[in-house]
Amino acid sequence: MTNTTSSKPLSSWQQAWQSDLAWKFRHSPIAVVSLVITVLLVLSAVFAPLVAPYNPFDPGSLNLMNGFTAPLTPNAFTGDEFLLGTDDQGRDVFSTILYGMRISLFVGFAAVTLGLLIGVTLGLIAGYFGGWIDAVIMRIADVQLTFPSILVAMLIFGVAKGFTPVEYRDEVAIWVLVIAIGLSDWVQFARVVRGATLVEVNKEYVQAAKLIGRSAWSIIFGHILRNVLSPVLVIATISLALAIIAEATLSFLGAGAPPTQPSLGTLIRVGQGFLFSGEWWILLFPSVTLLSLALAVNLLGDWLRDALNPKLK
Amino acid sequence: MFSFLVRRFLQAGLVLLIVGFVAFSMFNFVGDPIDNMLGQEASQADIERLRSVLGLDQPFVVQYWKFLINALDGNFGISYRQGRPVAEIIAERAPATLELAAVSGLFAITGGIVLGIFTAIRREGFLANFIMTVSLIGVSLPTFLIGILLIYLFSVELDWLPSFGRGEVVDIGGWSTGFLTASGLKALILPSITLGLFQMTLIMRLVRSEMLEVLRQDYIRFARARGLSERAINFRHALKNTLVPVITVTGLQLGSIIAFAIITETVFQWPGVGLLFINAVQFVDIPVMAAYLILISVMFVAINLLVDVLYVAIDPRLRS
Amino acid sequence: MGLLERPGYVAGGEISFKSELTSGLDADAMRKLRGKKISMIFQDPLTSLNPLLTVGAQLTETIVAHLKMSQADARERARDLLDRVGITDAEARLDQYPHQFSGGMRQRVVIALALCSEPDVIIADEPTTALDVAVQAQILDLIKELTVERQVGVILITHDMGVISDTTDRVTVMYMGEVVESGPTLQVMGKPQHEYTKSLIAAVPRPQVKLKRFSQISYGGRETRFAIEDLSRNWPEYSNQPGKPLLSVSNLKKRFPISRSIIPGRTKWLTVVDDVSFDIMPGEVFGVVGESGSGKSTLARVISGLHDLDDGKVMFDGNVVNDPSDREAQDRFRREIQMIFQDPFSSLNPRMRVMDIIAEPIRHHKLLVGGNIKQRVDELLDQVGLGTSAAAKFPHEFSGGQRQRISIARALATQPRFLICDEPTSALDVSIQAQILNILKDLQEYLGLTMLFISHDMPVVRQMCDRVAVMRGGKLLEVQKTDDLFENPQTAYTRELLDLMPHLDGLSQEGLELQ
Repeated sequence: MTNTTSSKPLSSWQQAWQSDLAWKFRHSPIAVVSLVITVLLVLSAVFAPLVAPYNPFDPGSLNLMNGFTAPLTPNAFTGDEFLLGTDDQGRDVFSTILYGMRISLFVGFAAVTLGLLIGVTLGLIAGYFGGWIDAVIMRIADVQLTFPSILVAMLIFGVAKGFTPVEYRDEVAIWVLVIAIGLSDWVQFARVVRGATLVEVNKEYVQAAKLIGRSAWSIIFGHILRNVLSPVLVIATISLALAIIAEATLSFLGAGAPPTQPSLGTLIRVGQGFLFSGEWWILLFPSVTLLSLALAVNLLGDWLRDALNPKLK
Repeated sequence: MFSFLVRRFLQAGLVLLIVGFVAFSMFNFVGDPIDNMLGQEASQADIERLRSVLGLDQPFVVQYWKFLINALDGNFGISYRQGRPVAEIIAERAPATLELAAVSGLFAITGGIVLGIFTAIRREGFLANFIMTVSLIGVSLPTFLIGILLIYLFSVELDWLPSFGRGEVVDIGGWSTGFLTASGLKALILPSITLGLFQMTLIMRLVRSEMLEVLRQDYIRFARARGLSERAINFRHALKNTLVPVITVTGLQLGSIIAFAIITETVFQWPGVGLLFINAVQFVDIPVMAAYLILISVMFVAINLLVDVLYVAIDPRLRS
Repeated sequence: MGLLERPGYVAGGEISFKSELTSGLDADAMRKLRGKKISMIFQDPLTSLNPLLTVGAQLTETIVAHLKMSQADARERARDLLDRVGITDAEARLDQYPHQFSGGMRQRVVIALALCSEPDVIIADEPTTALDVAVQAQILDLIKELTVERQVGVILITHDMGVISDTTDRVTVMYMGEVVESGPTLQVMGKPQHEYTKSLIAAVPRPQVKLKRFSQISYGGRETRFAIEDLSRNWPEYSNQPGKPLLSVSNLKKRFPISRSIIPGRTKWLTVVDDVSFDIMPGEVFGVVGESGSGKSTLARVISGLHDLDDGKVMFDGNVVNDPSDREAQDRFRREIQMIFQDPFSSLNPRMRVMDIIAEPIRHHKLLVGGNIKQRVDELLDQVGLGTSAAAKFPHEFSGGQRQRISIARALATQPRFLICDEPTSALDVSIQAQILNILKDLQEYLGLTMLFISHDMPVVRQMCDRVAVMRGGKLLEVQKTDDLFENPQTAYTRELLDLMPHLDGLSQEGLELQ
């Protein structure tokens, strides 16, 4: 709001770097650390085939003799050493975690994207047009919101399982997870976007665009969308953490990723069986990975919410 | 106000109708109930007979209507897997879940509100900041991991508390309660904490942020300008305004405690309806799934109605 | 008051009250002073009261906190206070909640709360800015009465020169955190010494005489040139039919549902614009005045086509406006009628660069293509005095007055014939208001733009309009030439509106250009 008419306009990159958000980011150690951890985990998952010392799903590389090797201790029979030990079938825990995180992250991102696309579109439509369209969309949202998303996801999973023939169940399980979590997730986006849209619609710039003669759709996607994106960004980040947790939970309950494509949740489910028999590493390391991932993303989301909400200091 | 509550009642009815429809569709379209009940070797005549006994040859709307009437009657059909009436199985297991939910709900609400107020008023304090940081870990920690962690600490390492089951229960008029025996109470501790911790952190964070929001309002500044004491401002002016939004979310959270019980019950092998449901999902036992869905929604709708009534009691703006 | 919130802090200096230093007192001592000796009234009565506690509870609580007395006595005292601030039926009103009071009534309650502890000084921070003119006058009268009756000192903080000149005894003028001038109100207003005070006073719209232009004494901010000559050079010549109105409104009706019902017949409606008719001649500035809720803004939105009309007709240049069957006429209408909005902060899309904001109408109507668009936008920005470097920036990088110039540039982009101005300056400071009003005067004079000028501010209307319509409750009460309306009002309501205007008698006449 200062008079800066004489200064030169900045390039987009400079502007981004000098923006309030970037400044706040650079001055928040928690945000920086969280982002670094998130990026590291995402990269090592994406490049798991390059990073992982073994391919845990290649039967040829497995040696049952290596089963239950403790971390950093040579195996009693083969003498092989593993960074984080091995599970009952002799698979390297470190490698299974990297591959498992791949599944977890894929499901998380895909589910959030699905929820975001549905939610933002419906939210914009409900908020802009109002009337009976709004009533119908928001009633559906209300009904769904009555149910915890994990339950909705489980029901969708159960129903989809009923639809798919037994021989295909494992193949489509991952996609069923994406759809189940994505569909249980859109309401948050829709509610927030609708609320923000209701505020924007009454602003005079929207009326100005109507006066120019712009159509409803070009106002929605050309004018309003860009003004409701910051809460969407916050929700997307928090949803990502929630989706990762939801996926892990479903897989832990056995209603998620199949044993042939184990996600972090599946690994924990398997590891829980060895809790009482002393092979703690099979359970501990996947759990710690899941927690770090969820915590880092959550911290980022938390920071974003505070940084984008000018009312909170 | 009256019309507000009437509208809410109508909405609740509509929700139940929709849920009933979803449940009914599950029956009709997911797998063939005849196949599920008779198996592959049934003769055509058997199939036809069962079809008409079950009323499957009638029009869709009639079937839906019958389904609703039956559901109102507490008749949800027969479990594909156990071959017993679903209502009977659920009635057997409901007390376990309800007791667990009640204890952890109480824990979540009291803990959440007290800690929320504390962290809001002592915003700059070390302890408040510490609690906030820990709470974020709490939100990121999946319920099942909390359960496993607690089992590891208190059952495996310390061997203080049981790691599974309800302990000894006493049967009072068909309601089996764990409140009356020492082992029953001991068995409740870990599952209740596991189930309530997540909700508690959510409620706490919500109370804190709402309270901070309210403390920024003009009427709080004006109250301060009038020279009222901090005590009166925090507990008389701010708290009441904080409660309005908190009640809605808390209501929803209580509902989700019953749903999240699925996870806790799995971890602790707690013999409640949640464990029943997750087994039903794995075996595509549709009648059990449908009955669970309807029961849960009746509970949610009831809680939501209660929340609305509370709302009206607290906020005078809704009364006029 | 010691209520400064972080990150603000008292940089230095001393505050003393009754010769006692208060700066540096600890929190407890400050609280005793607050409310007890010094009280405060905030700007917005809607948010100053706790919505969940009854008015009586808030009053007695404050009384008990300061004057040691029983609940029953405090309640009696609270009732007397409500009675004193002019709330009828005080006993029953004590048990009501704030939302059951109107805005003016709430501000009376706030004043009663401020009086609870019998303070010596009341600080009133823009106490009437959120209120209607009529209510504003009543509240100011009440405050004046109370100062005399109770021997309370009032510190009135306001941006409104009318309030200052009509209410206060002494005044201090501040600019950028510094006191520039201080003294008895009559003296400061009549013979301002400091250049800033002079510029402020010169910019105040006068109710008594019409000026040619607002004087251009400026202080601090650079006066940005408005290049009307460049703009008029390639402005299209619209052929107006002489003697025929450019815009003609007949029997216009607009209603909104207030409580919807599923049964169609039971929906309750509020008629906001009720059977309104008038004509606007080419080149004329036609004003509509009224209080908030009079329907004047809705009228503007119906004419511009933002709201559908329920009954009646709007004709523009001989064509029915918003006839969906005639696409071409509709397109032409969208080009030739533009609007300038009230709020410079919400009328520009905050996530769009100024370039795109101004180019949008040009692109939409396909008036120009390619590089010509950029050139056109640059010209427009130069002409409204912002410079071409503004194109790449976002709206938040500009002040309120500059944003209003961007709004004007956007409105001029399609080279319109008719401009609707909906309270274009009511969100601006008085000196910026003068600049923007000058621009609008230029547009009318040099480009022959016809204008519909909506305002609640009588002095501004006097300065801007050729003819004025007075609206109340959705109805048009009278339409007159501006001078006639001010000299010889025909209805009691218009007379009342004129009486409520600030008198501004003692204001310095320095630098005024009389017409």
